[in-house]
This record gives sequence, C-alpha cells and structure tokens, in this order.
Amino acid sequence: MARAATINGAPFSLRVRRFMLSGKFLRGSLAVFGFFVIWQVGSMGLLPFMHAIPTPITVGHAFWEFMHTAKYWQSWLDSTLRVTYGFVAAQLLGIPLGLGMGWNRSFKDFSYPLFELMRPIPPLAWVPVSILFWPTNETSIAFITFIGAFFTIVVNVLGGVGAIPRQLVNAAVSFGASPKQVFWRIVLPATIPSIVTGMMVGIGITWNVVIAAEMIAGNTGLGRLTWEAYLAGHTSGIIVGMISIGVAGYVSSMAVKMIGDWLMPWKKIF
Amino acid sequence: MMSASNLTLLRTSPVAADPVCRASDGALSIKNVGKIYDPEGVHVEALRECSLEIAAGEFVAIVGPSGCGKSTLLNILAGFDNLTSGEILLDGRPLATPDTSPSPGPERVVVFQHGALFPWKTVIENVTYGPVVQGVMTRAEANQRAREMLSRVGLKDIESSYPGQLSSGMQRRVEIVRALINNPKVLLLDEPFRAMDTVTKGASHQYLLELYNATGKTIFFITHDLEEAIFLADKVMVMTTRPGYIKRTLTVELPRPRQYAMLASPEFIAMKADLVGAVHEEAVKAFEAGEREMA
Amino acid sequence: MNPYIVLGLLVAVLLAVAAWQQKKKAALYELSWGAQILKTLTGKHFLLQLAGFVVFIAFWQLTVKTFSLPWFNRLPGPWECLIEWLSPDPAYGISIYTGDYYKHILFSTYRATTAFLLATLLGVPLGLIMGWSRKFYEYSFALVELIRPIPPLAWVPLAILLLPGDEPAVIFVTFLVAFFVTTLNTLLGVESIDESYFRAARCLGADRKHLLLDVVLPGAMPFIFTGLQISMGAAWFSLVAGEMIAAQFGLGFLIWDSYSLIQYPVIIIGMITLGIIGWASSAVVRSIGRKLMAWRERELYGSGQSG
Repeated sequence: MARAATINGAPFSLRVRRFMLSGKFLRGSLAVFGFFVIWQVGSMGLLPFMHAIPTPITVGHAFWEFMHTAKYWQSWLDSTLRVTYGFVAAQLLGIPLGLGMGWNRSFKDFSYPLFELMRPIPPLAWVPVSILFWPTNETSIAFITFIGAFFTIVVNVLGGVGAIPRQLVNAAVSFGASPKQVFWRIVLPATIPSIVTGMMVGIGITWNVVIAAEMIAGNTGLGRLTWEAYLAGHTSGIIVGMISIGVAGYVSSMAVKMIGDWLMPWKKIF
Repeated sequence: MMSASNLTLLRTSPVAADPVCRASDGALSIKNVGKIYDPEGVHVEALRECSLEIAAGEFVAIVGPSGCGKSTLLNILAGFDNLTSGEILLDGRPLATPDTSPSPGPERVVVFQHGALFPWKTVIENVTYGPVVQGVMTRAEANQRAREMLSRVGLKDIESSYPGQLSSGMQRRVEIVRALINNPKVLLLDEPFRAMDTVTKGASHQYLLELYNATGKTIFFITHDLEEAIFLADKVMVMTTRPGYIKRTLTVELPRPRQYAMLASPEFIAMKADLVGAVHEEAVKAFEAGEREMA
Repeated sequence: MNPYIVLGLLVAVLLAVAAWQQKKKAALYELSWGAQILKTLTGKHFLLQLAGFVVFIAFWQLTVKTFSLPWFNRLPGPWECLIEWLSPDPAYGISIYTGDYYKHILFSTYRATTAFLLATLLGVPLGLIMGWSRKFYEYSFALVELIRPIPPLAWVPLAILLLPGDEPAVIFVTFLVAFFVTTLNTLLGVESIDESYFRAARCLGADRKHLLLDVVLPGAMPFIFTGLQISMGAAWFSLVAGEMIAAQFGLGFLIWDSYSLIQYPVIIIGMITLGIIGWASSAVVRSIGRKLMAWRERELYGSGQSG
C-alpha cells in the first residue's frame, strides 16, 4: 500500500493541521469569537441588561493586575489544596467502601441503608455540622469537599462491581482462584472504569463545593476572592475569579482524565 | 420504471396491494460498481468492478467470506452509501451513479441483521409505520392490512406487544412484514437469520418463502449460510474477498414451492458441494489476508 | 398532640407499608403472611440493616450526649432533634406543627422545581438539536465547553448583581447546573441511538420531522431520564448552596440561619428534611420515566420468550 499517511498513522503535525482546517474547528472558533464580540458590544451599552458588565478588555486588564498580586496565586494554592485533600480522602475512603459493599452482602446490608439515607442531603447542608464538629476552619471545609466526592465515588464503584459479568468471576473460579484472588485480580480491575467515571464526576462536584464553602465560610481561596470582589463592588474582579475557577476546574478534570487513561490502557475514554 | 397501473393501484386502492398479484418490476442492473472508502486516507477498496443482473421477481442470494463487501453493496442499493464508480439501474432507470446518491426509500426496503424494529413502538405501530408516515394509507386501513399480513406469517394476537417481548424469530417476521407492507420493488435482507438457532431458522425460511410466493418481490438476500442460500434462492452468487466482485453465479434448479425434504436430495447436495468449493477458495484468501469482520 | 403519639403514628404507618410488602412477597414464596413476616424479621438481611441503623444512632447518642466527647459535644443529639421536630411548641420555632417549617419547604421546593423545569425545557431541545445536527453541534460545543467548567456556584455573585433580586439569582444558579447536566445527557442519548433505527425509518419513508419525533426522541429517552434524575439531584445541591449564600427562607437558609442563632437541633431537622425531599423528587422523576418508557420495563422484566 503505497498510499501516504493513514488517518491514524499520520504524523501529529499533519493531524493538527487537518484539524485546524476542518469545519469543526472553524465553526467552534467562530462561535467563540462571536461570543466575545457580543460581550464587548453589549457591555458598551448597546444591550440593555448588560450595562453592569464590564467589557472584555476591562476584564483583561483586571486579570493582568490580579496576576501580579501574591494574593491571587495564594488563592489558587489554597483552593487547590482543599480540593486535593477532599478529593483524595474521598477516593481513599470511598473506593474501598464501594468495593466492600459490592463484594460482601452482609457488609452492604449493614451500611447501605444508612448511606442511601444520607446521600440526598446536599454537601453544603453539612456546613454547620462540619463547623461544629471539626476543630479548625480548614478541616471543616475539607470535610465538606470530602462529602461531595465521597457519595459519588461510592455509587459509581457499587454500580461498577454490580456490572461485572458473572462469567468473568466464574471463569476465574473454574481456574482455581481463591476468593481473595478473584477480588484482587478480577473484581478490582473490572471496576476501574467505574472508578474513573466516579472520579471525573467527583472532581467537578468537589470544585463546586469548595467554591461555595469558601464563599460561605472561608477566609482564603478563589471562591473567597470572588466573593470579596463582589462585596467590594469590583465586577471585573468577580469575572476574573469566575474565569480562574473555570480554568482550575478544567485543569483538574484533565488531570483526572490523564490518571484515568493511565489506569486503563486498554480503553480510550470518551 | 414504475408503471402507471402500479401507481394507481397503490394510491386509489391501498388495501388491494393484493398479496396474490405478482409485481412486474424490481429488475436490478448492477454494472461495474466500485466503492472506495476514504480515498485520501485509509483507502479501503470494498468493491471493484462488481456486476450482476437481477430479473424482476427473482430471489437472489449473495454469499462470500466476511468483510468481502456484500453489506457494502446492499448499503449502496438501499441508499445509505454512494458508489465511487460504475452505475446501478432499477427497471432501466439509473438508480445510483458516482454523481448521484439516491436517498433510502420504500421501494428498496431493508431488513437488518440485528433487527431494527423500533423498541418503543408496538408491533402494529411498527408494521404500519411506513404506509402511515408516507400518507399512503389511513391508520385504519394500514392496521387492517397489517393484521392480514401478520396472520399470514403465523403471528396473531401480538399486535399490542413491544418487540422486546417477542422472540427473535417473531421479531424478524414482524420486520419482514413491516418491509413488505410498503409494496417495495426490491426487498433487501442483510443476513436476517444469522443469529438464530437452526430450528427457528428453518421455520423462518418457510415464512419467508411463503411471502415470496405470495408477493413475487425481487429479493436480494445476503447470507453466510450456504444451505440457506441454495434453499431459498433462484440464483446464488459468490462474491470474492475484498475488493469484492461476483465470481460465480449458481442457478438453483429446484422447483418451487421449496420443500424441506429437498435438503437431502442429490441435486441439492451436488449444488452445495459446488458452492462450498467456490466459497472456500475465497474464504482461505480472506483468512490469510487477516480480514476482520466489516459488519 | 403529644409528640410521642405522633411518633407512634409515624412508626405505625411505616410498619404498615413494610407489612404490605411482605404480603406480596408471601404470595411469591407461597408462605402465609405471618410466616413471611417472621422469615424476614429473623433473616440475616433485615437484622443487619437494622443493626446498621441502631449502631449509627447509638454511636451518635453516645458520642454527643452520653460521653460528650470533645469534638462531638457541640452537636445536638438524636433524641433532642426528634422531639423538637415533633413538638407542638418547639423551643426554636420549627417543627412539623409550625407554619414556618412548611414555608421554608415551600420556598425551596418552588425554587428547585422552577429551575429544574426551566432546565429541562431548554436543555432537552438543545441536546436533541446538538445531537441531531452536526453543524449546530460544532458551533455550540466550543461555547458549551467554555462555560461549563465554571462551577455554577461561582456565578452566584455575578447573578446577584445582574438579576433583579436574590430570588432570580438563586434560581438562575440552580438552573445552570441542571441545564448543563440535562443537555449533556440528552446529547449522549441521541448519540447512543443505533444507526440502524435511523436507516430503517428512512427506508420506510420518514422525513426529518418524523425522524426527530419517532426515532430521536424515543431513542434518547432512557438517557434523558437518567439525566433528569441527576439534574434533579444537582439542582438541590446548588439550591442549598445558593440559599445559604444569598436568600431569605428556604431550607438552605434555615440551616445556616439556625447555626448563626445557635439553634442546633434545627440544623439536623433541616438536613433530614432536605434528604427526604431530595429523595422524593428523584423518585417522582424516576416513576414518570418508568411510565413513559413502558416498552423498556416490559423488555427488561416482561414475558419474553427466549430464542
């Protein structure tokens, strides 16, 4: 086959070039560009309800200023740390719990009803209880973020264990595997896709929760930053905060996705 | 071409698309059809110089190794895909050329391999879908017609069931009725009985042949099963491995209506031996080329 | 009415429901009603579930009240909250007898439902169109992906500034979460539909309108309803946060307010109420879904012959 590079085997630069020339990219860029144009034009007074919004250029300036303050980067750090602690704790506790509940019927009978009753309670409703319980502000916020991701991951893992085809387990047993081996070699790997899904949904929830917790009861962080800009009437600051949070959320989703890809070389997610 | 009398038959007396009346069109002429997927990129040549002729009312079976292009040809006939070279004529009028791709339509209805009955519609809603959507019959007329045809294939009292409640044999019968109620010129079947066990398959053959005898439609039937091909068809055509074209045509001289006892007759066995030889050669080539199922 | 009587009545109702379920099971296993109840009550399954509850309540009571452990002792105890909830003359003004309790519930439910319905009415069509038209998808996907990473709660300050009043702001933020979830799930639903259904419909003569109504919409329904359940949960999640930050009335507000006013049992009452209502609203969505997708129920549990 003397044809030139195939679609999948094409060198990266060629694929990038092809993509940028594709209708998909052009249309998407046009839409984004149009969005900014409307924003600029609207906030200059041409659209009635948008007069309170600063123009993109103003926001850009504000962004530039913010990036030169230490406080901005400190906020990034504080929020990211909170998200990380809460998220990691939720995985460390939630994954074993989910696996345990899925694998051992007695354990599930014992803990699942309570779990199901607590699940509909929104994480932020836990804020006062958390403040009353935990000694420091930091730990109480971490607890809230933990709650957010915890229920999600457990539900996903439970679903994952339940979805393992019976034949896989049967095949292992017929090869002479002990229950312990079945668990570690079959159940655990088969649940990984669900774990990854749970992590991806969970990280989004975690960010949401952190921001809200910071707005309600925090003293530092990106959420707090945005809230303070609101209190000071600094609208550009609000938007800068929102964009920063968006970027942070996006980056962490990418990070989780990369972890997921690494855990599952045999599958491409999405 | 669609004769004027046929057209009037369809429009003015919709219920009278009389099952006993034989259709006089549906002649397919496939000339030197070629199909290349993704010419600039991966460049897969699925069909090359593929030619075959099907007379009106003929039952033709296409056999060949996996991935040889049978389904591709069916897709082009149905209008789901276009061809890159050659042409196809239906009743003498051009159906598909490299510049024109016809859209799918009720004169070339397809029965799909894994079944495509709408799971969210009842049996009767499925069957009457075509005529009602096209506005050719009122719902009442369509319902009546559907009941007639369903009972002809041995399905009664299931009209309010959902496809998910039926066995695969029943589902396939419903799907064939759904296709035939539209009075198509050509009925295209893409390995419809593939996933069935032998017993269900045998029964399904009976029902299909009964419908064929009653309606006389042109049938284009793709299958892997050589016995099935010989038993059902007037002509069996062997397609080569990719890029596909018709290598051999076997005319089945067995009388109609076909009886199951014929499967053991010496003529049948001789034809099967002939066919096996032709197909096996292609299958080995395909196997060595490491073809994967394209379906 | 004496709170103990009310408690007794509630317990009686729950037991009656449970007993009724046992009757159905009895028919299945061909036991007498009494025998079935006995079997369940002494079964490992039930006893473990009961044990789970009892352990939790005991743990709560012991750590908070009986032993008053350091971190636990500021929290209210279980019995305290229960009595308060059922008391005709509650110390902090919130119980099943007070009008204020239902006022808060009503406000929250109204906000959540409004946001949810709005999100569904806008999100489902948007998802359908995005799945249906390649061009539209390409235009809108970039925009959606740009806005989506911003946690909806980050919109709260901006929403308060732009929209007239706190009420619309809270509803807007709640709407945003639900909207994105619904749109995405609808999109996934459309993409999940097997190509064969489209082809079959086109063969049978369906035009674009019919394809949309007869194939796309029913085919995407399962995913749409899963999305609606998730979006209902997400709506409650945002709503509570929004209420805590910026509202008068509502369960989120109640929880935060009672914390500031040092009326701690009310916090627990609020949380449990939220849990019940949240669960109930998801259950409503689920059952509507089941009715609309009767074909699926029968497919999964119906009397299909095999082969």
